[in-house]
Amino acid sequence: MMEAIKIDGISKWYGKEKLMAVDHISLSVNRGEVFGIIGPDGAGKTSLFRMLTTLLLPDEGSASIDGMDVVKDYRKIRKSIGYMPGKFSLYQDLTVEENLTFFATVFNTTIQENYYLIKDIYIQLEPFKDRRAGKLSGGMKQKLALCCALIHKPSVLFLDEPTTGVDTVSRKEFWDMLKRLKAQGITILVSTPYMDEASLCDRIALIQHGKILAVDTPEAIRQAFPLALYKAKGASTPGLLNDLRGYSKDVYAYVFGEHVHVVFKEGDINVSDLRTYLGAKNNGDLILEPGNPTIEDCFIHLLRT
Amino acid sequence: MQEQVIITEGLTKRFGDFTAVDKITFSVEKGEIFGFLGANGAGKTTAMRMLCGLSKPTSGKASVAGFDVYRQTEKIKENIGYMSQKFSLYDDLTVLENIKFFGGIYKLTDKQIKIKSEEMINRLGLKDQVNKLVRSLPLGWKQKLAFSVAILHEPQIVFLDEPTGGVDPVTRRQFWDLIYNAAANGITVFLTTHYMDEAEYCNRLSIMVDGRIDALGSPAVLKQQFKAADLDEVFYRLARGAKRNE
Repeated sequence: MMEAIKIDGISKWYGKEKLMAVDHISLSVNRGEVFGIIGPDGAGKTSLFRMLTTLLLPDEGSASIDGMDVVKDYRKIRKSIGYMPGKFSLYQDLTVEENLTFFATVFNTTIQENYYLIKDIYIQLEPFKDRRAGKLSGGMKQKLALCCALIHKPSVLFLDEPTTGVDTVSRKEFWDMLKRLKAQGITILVSTPYMDEASLCDRIALIQHGKILAVDTPEAIRQAFPLALYKAKGASTPGLLNDLRGYSKDVYAYVFGEHVHVVFKEGDINVSDLRTYLGAKNNGDLILEPGNPTIEDCFIHLLRT
Repeated sequence: MQEQVIITEGLTKRFGDFTAVDKITFSVEKGEIFGFLGANGAGKTTAMRMLCGLSKPTSGKASVAGFDVYRQTEKIKENIGYMSQKFSLYDDLTVLENIKFFGGIYKLTDKQIKIKSEEMINRLGLKDQVNKLVRSLPLGWKQKLAFSVAILHEPQIVFLDEPTGGVDPVTRRQFWDLIYNAAANGITVFLTTHYMDEAEYCNRLSIMVDGRIDALGSPAVLKQQFKAADLDEVFYRLARGAKRNE
């Protein structure tokens, strides 16, 4: 069987107004894949994760993990998956070692049995093994939570926003750890609001308002960007933005790091005319050159259409 | 010379034998967008709390909006605005009630509040939502409203602590339009963020490592100084050398 996770038209709504948190999502995740669910807060990522980890009942549709149904087979699923929730959920009053032992015991195993799986991560925690979990720093808590989610050697690992609010350095370290886990054959479903983490996944789903906007490899999603994209830079970014927005309704311009990205339908805009117009507008040493869309550009485009 | 609205000299905060902020010296000009970056645990929050008049420094000097961080903390609080992702607005109050509440706290008159709230609601396109609970607003709108409320009393400086965390990329950029606008109107913007592309939108930025400011300058200058392709790389190189394990 190829599919580690199969989701079929799953939905979740809340309250009297039936606010759709997850709106008929279907997708499948192959065994051994690192699959990213990418979207902002409120997109439905956590509700989806909670249904897949059997902690929340779907209102419609179905899903299975390793062929086991998330409603009927929830007991079996809980034994075979690992889940790291977005909110730190370990026992704050237990030490690092006690937390890990606790989770190992609950899953009928020992720290020693699967130590090879967590060794790289646990080594960094070892100097603090007698410290209470509540007293750890953010990055250390995250590492401990990952160890606890891994200690029973799950076949599928669910990581809900493991890098939110974490700085660049810890984020890089975390993704390196995921790469090593993937090499061990563990399927990983990971959610993140950071678009730049998309390229670290084998495949991704972009989601907003409970719906999937696109599913594919990051590269294929970038290739499918249907507009022309130019990178621009001028004397002042706000000034350049204003000028671009005043040029034509067919131009959509937005800041992107050190550049302004300018997108339009191929043929709608005469670039040399645009260049002349911007040049006359006090934009200093104007740069206007073709660029490649990133996943964030794709996301922005999909949100607008 | 430009007017300086934040000036610090050797500003230090110790907790017992732990030096959270270690002799930081920098200044921020009026109308500047200043990015205050650093890894988790580098000391950003502690430094920001001192600048907002919420925590007394151990040693060193600092003035914010012309007021001393030791003796004039109440004056500082009246002259700054503050918002973060964690605390911004009251969920259980309506949009209008929030505006009135914060206006009152900042001692605006009823008339001022009326004028300002109308203008703000029009600008943000929130006309149909004024009587809705803030709880029911999408996160992006909430953050835009929170920012507008934080500058309702036209403070000299607004402090933004990760204002755009988790916000979708379109709304994040609308938020930056608001920041640019505020800065163009002379409000100094002092902010922290984990998004390195947002660091590029700042006029200048500082990067804290282990309580010190290890780099300070415009994005272009920092990239040149560290011979780095982007700010992510600058940040990574500096923060990787941190001794503090958060």
